[in-house]
Amino acid sequence: MPDESLPIDEPRGSGSPAQGSILYLDGVTVSFDGFKALNALSLVIAPGELRTVIGPNGAGKTTMMDVITGKTRPDAGDVLFDGHVDLTRLDEAAIANLGIGRKFQKPTVFEKLSLFDNLELALKGPRGTLATLFFTLSGEAKDRIGQVLTLVGLTDKAKLPAGQLSHGEKQWLEIGMLLMQDQRLLLLDEPVAGLTDAETEATAALILDLSRDRSLGERSLVVVEHDMEFVRSLAAKVTVLHEGSVLAEGSIDAVQSNPRVVEVYLGR
Amino acid sequence: MTSPLHRLLQFHDRRFWLSFAVVGAVLLGLVPLLNLLPGENSALHLPNYMIPLLGKYLCYGLLALALDLVWGYAGVLSLGHGAFFALGGYAMGMYLMREIGTRGVYGNPLLPDFMVFLAWKELPWYWMGFDHFAFAALMVVLVPACLALVFGWLAFRSRITGVYLSIITQAMTFALMLAFFRNEMGFGGNNGLTDFKDLLGFDLRDQTTKVALYAASVVALGAALLICRFVVASKLGRVMMAMRDAESRVRFLGYSVTATKLFAFTLSAALAGIAGALYVPQVGIINPSEFSPANSIEIAIWVAVGGRGTLVGAILGALAVNAAKTWLTGALPDAWLFFLGALFIAVTLVLPDGLTGLAGRLHRRRPKAPPAREEKHA
Ligand SMILES: Nc1ncnc2c1ncn2[C@@H]1O[C@H](COP(=O)(O)OP(=O)(O)O)[C@@H](O)[C@H]1O
Ligand SMILES: [Mg+2]
Repeated sequence: MPDESLPIDEPRGSGSPAQGSILYLDGVTVSFDGFKALNALSLVIAPGELRTVIGPNGAGKTTMMDVITGKTRPDAGDVLFDGHVDLTRLDEAAIANLGIGRKFQKPTVFEKLSLFDNLELALKGPRGTLATLFFTLSGEAKDRIGQVLTLVGLTDKAKLPAGQLSHGEKQWLEIGMLLMQDQRLLLLDEPVAGLTDAETEATAALILDLSRDRSLGERSLVVVEHDMEFVRSLAAKVTVLHEGSVLAEGSIDAVQSNPRVVEVYLGR
Repeated sequence: MTSPLHRLLQFHDRRFWLSFAVVGAVLLGLVPLLNLLPGENSALHLPNYMIPLLGKYLCYGLLALALDLVWGYAGVLSLGHGAFFALGGYAMGMYLMREIGTRGVYGNPLLPDFMVFLAWKELPWYWMGFDHFAFAALMVVLVPACLALVFGWLAFRSRITGVYLSIITQAMTFALMLAFFRNEMGFGGNNGLTDFKDLLGFDLRDQTTKVALYAASVVALGAALLICRFVVASKLGRVMMAMRDAESRVRFLGYSVTATKLFAFTLSAALAGIAGALYVPQVGIINPSEFSPANSIEIAIWVAVGGRGTLVGAILGALAVNAAKTWLTGALPDAWLFFLGALFIAVTLVLPDGLTGLAGRLHRRRPKAPPAREEKHA
């Protein structure tokens, strides 16, 4: 990876608040025609942490992911990866190659390509044009694709075009694509939307596995979700977003008994 | 592990190689033989006029193949491919002009006739080197490729997509047409370049030269088809298709959409340039009308008729539409544009996958084996 070309913010002393974090957002503001989708949002994720983010529709959860992954440029604020890499100056591809993977709210897989090809494209490896033109799939990589297919339970559909999958299967394929990339930070936008209860449970188990698995180094996850039961089953620290900023943060019980949270979100 | 060369030989099914060999043998062996061997009056004799006509169709086939790579696979609908074709044609035309030498009407050893006519005293700098075939051949590829590289870089980097991209490519070819119409540009203005005499010393009026040019078109088309198949069967080809269907998703996987499009666009422009260069000596003229925006739209129709994203289909589409054009412009000269318009509407509404898709559907409808589940939805 071309580390030299990364925009490194001016060296921060050991006292920098971003020090030691995997993801650091401070005072991030995004406006769409004057409407603030994010309003001075601040959030710090530690390496290896599993964080859940909840909030009513329109709270800015997806916009937050857009900012982290380079899709949307913030009007103000710091977005730092690994404590020092300024994400606001990189494009989507560069951020992905840095180690940040994303699952979209609306499952987006490559419908015309087979499941196998979808995973092959996601597979970690050189991304350059010529490298891809002359790329050959090693036996090892094939095994890895096989493993992930098994993990997401889609082995027998490997050769089907992804467009033929059910909604739930697409969600899982997209999670599989995320796994293929071996990213250090995974952002999952509503991974259980539209899934059955059984599928939701299985997804929760998979997310917990991913969070605990240290075989490829520490992995941090940010999971955005609506479903309270699901968030509870992950038993992680919860951040409540409201109108583009953090309303409350803490354990699920603390958050659920917070009167402000109850007022804007849970009580409805 | 398989090497890329190994992959080139292996990834195609046997049926492809078999058809490739058979069609190649017919086009490269049988057709020239039937033209050259039997006497003029023999029933087997292929008339002389057919050779450059077939050669012209094959150049159109190569042009359609080039567009299919960038449109059918990378999802970039260029409506300016006629410009790359014409630039390759002009580069070849410049060589052919300089080959005329003192045999021109004015007998000037250095200046082509139209420059003498305009009372020019010196050869413009950009005509230098075109007396060498190798230099001209290099320019045939480099000029369209460089234009595509610069134009594509500006457009793709600014994320101009879809119909906006199509419109600016139309504007590009229109601007070039206006420029080439001007006498001061030094490309023969309105009349273009013509009255060619020979190529590499071979008289262009000789039937053997015509057969050789036709054969060169067959070889170029075959080689280009293999190159394109190599590209689309590679992982880069899958990145292109993924990008065509969900462009932004590809970015979040770490691939550069700009670089991928630029590769396809530039390779495609180079192939279009080669098609133009082979076309010019066979038709004997190149003029600014080759840049006309309508020409570029017609190329897209060939591809749509044959079937986008199939490579072979695009070639067949170009051959079919142009054969129909030759026949119809002879039989009903005024009907061609209406026919083309109707064809476009019919393909868009009824045959979204073109003739290739239709053939596939008919093939599948045959009763014998019950269709597999995946085919029903495809
Ligand atoms: N591209 C955009 N243009 C205008 N408004 C937008 C855009 N993206 C999001 N918004 C608005 O920003 C707010 C936050 O949206 P979003 O981040 O999608 O919320 P959430 O994911 O929490 O439901 C919403 O009111 C939405 O309408
Ligand atoms: Mg959302």
